[in-house]
Amino acid sequence: MNKTVIKSDVTHHYLRPKKKFPNVWCAGCGNGIVMGALIRAIDSLGYDKDEVAVVSGIGCSSRMPVYLDFATLHTTHGRALAFATGVKIAKPHMKVIVITGDGDALAIGGNHFIHACRRNIDITTILIDNKIYGMTGGQFAPTTPGGAIATTAPHGNYEKQFDVVKLAIGAGASYVARGTVYHVDQLEKLIVGGLKKKGFAVIDTFSNCHTYFGRFNREGDAVEMIRWFKKNALPVEAVEKIPPEKRVGKFVTGLIYESDATEFCDEYQMLVDRLAGKGNAQ
Amino acid sequence: MLEYGKTKLLQGNEACVYGALYAGVQFFAGYPITPSTEIAEGMARILPHIGGKFIQMEDEIGSIAAIIGASNAGCKSMTATSGPGYSLMQENIGYAYMTETPCVIIDVQRGGPSTGLPTKIAQADMMQARWGTHGDYNAIALAPSSAKECFTETVRAFNLSERFRTPVTVLTDEVLGHMREIMTIPEEGELKVHKRQKPDVPPDWYRHFEITPSLVSPMAAFGEGYRYNISGLTHDPDGFPTAVPSEIKAKLEKLHHKIDNYLDEITSFRTEMMDDAHVAVFSYGTVARASYQAVKMAREKRIKVGAIQPFTIWPIDEARIKSMLDGVKKVIVAELNMGQLFYEIQRVAPKSTEVFHLGRYDGEVMTPLQILQKIREVL
Repeated sequence: MNKTVIKSDVTHHYLRPKKKFPNVWCAGCGNGIVMGALIRAIDSLGYDKDEVAVVSGIGCSSRMPVYLDFATLHTTHGRALAFATGVKIAKPHMKVIVITGDGDALAIGGNHFIHACRRNIDITTILIDNKIYGMTGGQFAPTTPGGAIATTAPHGNYEKQFDVVKLAIGAGASYVARGTVYHVDQLEKLIVGGLKKKGFAVIDTFSNCHTYFGRFNREGDAVEMIRWFKKNALPVEAVEKIPPEKRVGKFVTGLIYESDATEFCDEYQMLVDRLAGKGNAQ
Repeated sequence: MLEYGKTKLLQGNEACVYGALYAGVQFFAGYPITPSTEIAEGMARILPHIGGKFIQMEDEIGSIAAIIGASNAGCKSMTATSGPGYSLMQENIGYAYMTETPCVIIDVQRGGPSTGLPTKIAQADMMQARWGTHGDYNAIALAPSSAKECFTETVRAFNLSERFRTPVTVLTDEVLGHMREIMTIPEEGELKVHKRQKPDVPPDWYRHFEITPSLVSPMAAFGEGYRYNISGLTHDPDGFPTAVPSEIKAKLEKLHHKIDNYLDEITSFRTEMMDDAHVAVFSYGTVARASYQAVKMAREKRIKVGAIQPFTIWPIDEARIKSMLDGVKKVIVAELNMGQLFYEIQRVAPKSTEVFHLGRYDGEVMTPLQILQKIREVL
């Protein structure tokens, strides 16, 4: 495992020349790590910059596209997947990537999320999952663990959580993976896999919000939180080898589910071809 | 399919479909809602035959989002809905204003508020078409009154939308949407079809929201060699979020003036017997049909009355309305609501013109007799 060499020249090649840095993220935020992994994944696949569209909603993670030198669409809260659906259907040859957060994708955008999964439309979704609303100052999300403190759960969160992986599989996504901002090499590979997959790919990416989640819940700074990912990640290949009692409190990473379901744009094209074969208009 | 020059018996909703096809629609996203569903059904039937794209989205929020995405990827795009769906779309319609994304929204109006009267007529979305989403912006909304005008105004909606890089709403209504009328599909080339202006500068020079002398920026599409950012955040001409007061002001003024500076191109009226009229009936959509009939009946009784019908509901062409009402002593604003257009006409009418309101809001059409009675009342 000596492959990960951070090539800053590669990264810079994909950052916007006109866009003034620094970015909007807190020092130590995992969003930059995800952006780096995404850039290297795209670079390794050799995509033409003009063929890539990156679409996002609202939130900290959704600020990512503005820094990237692709066709970028920063949309409204929760709706990135619906906008991306329009882009993809209009230009099926384009690689469409959605950057979204757990609140953006699963709360306000939950309906679009399950329907994008169901259609199995060829969009790669990187869901940056930090268990909290960061941009608005630390409110609980559909992923916030029970008992955790947030500004709108000051006495501890009493709601249940979505399991993003189960939700995506149940709704019909054909590539479902989980990564973390500690396992950068694996994250890059999972993104590559998602981009290569002809279908709806979800990469649930655990990331740190030390500014709010970490601070409120005494989980430490960025480094400490990222160490927690290292300690508790359970590679999917290893799950069966570990006794159940040792799995408690851990989470599974890697490519968790893949299917060969047909993709939405392909289905539409098949309809077009079938109708053309018939020749009859109405 | 669209058959040029063919005479057909069409519903208003079907005429909207054919008008969109005539204008070159390439992408439609929609969600079922009475009384607009026939538009989505027509699109689902025809678009796959002609290389167009159709998708039924999970809700109206998704529908408007998808057409904005598709428009930015280069497609002429449209959705259709009715009151509740139009309300759901408002946030993303605001996104389309802000990002200067052309798209057409057909709102087949029904009674409200809320679920209201799904199968009955109203004209109560007029203000929503102008002020429905939050913030400062300018809006274009058109209002046909027959199947033929459903066709022509849909074509015009696409033209204005592509010409000015802005969403355009077509306000029809339940009766218009479902009533069948004879109309002849115009020949190819008979009506103007506007093509989106593409940039002619190299990609490095391209600014997606450039403040040009005309205020309308040429528009590249995703995947065609130009890379740029689009954001609903208030942005600079390159599309990057800004908090600089001068850039914020320039952006909002662009959104306003790119429409207000072109009223002659955007607004359109029909007038009947206005030359010597002391009284005018001001109405649009289905009500305008009753107005013409009422005016005819009144003229038979030697009442000097005329009718004015705006096809462009928004923007309000203040100067033109003022001049049309010049010398008119009394104007009756007839509409299927409790007063929307009325307040606009009251605002812009000459001081010497008295403005009256005739509203109907019981789910039924305005009748010529009702209007005639009001004419007599105000004389």
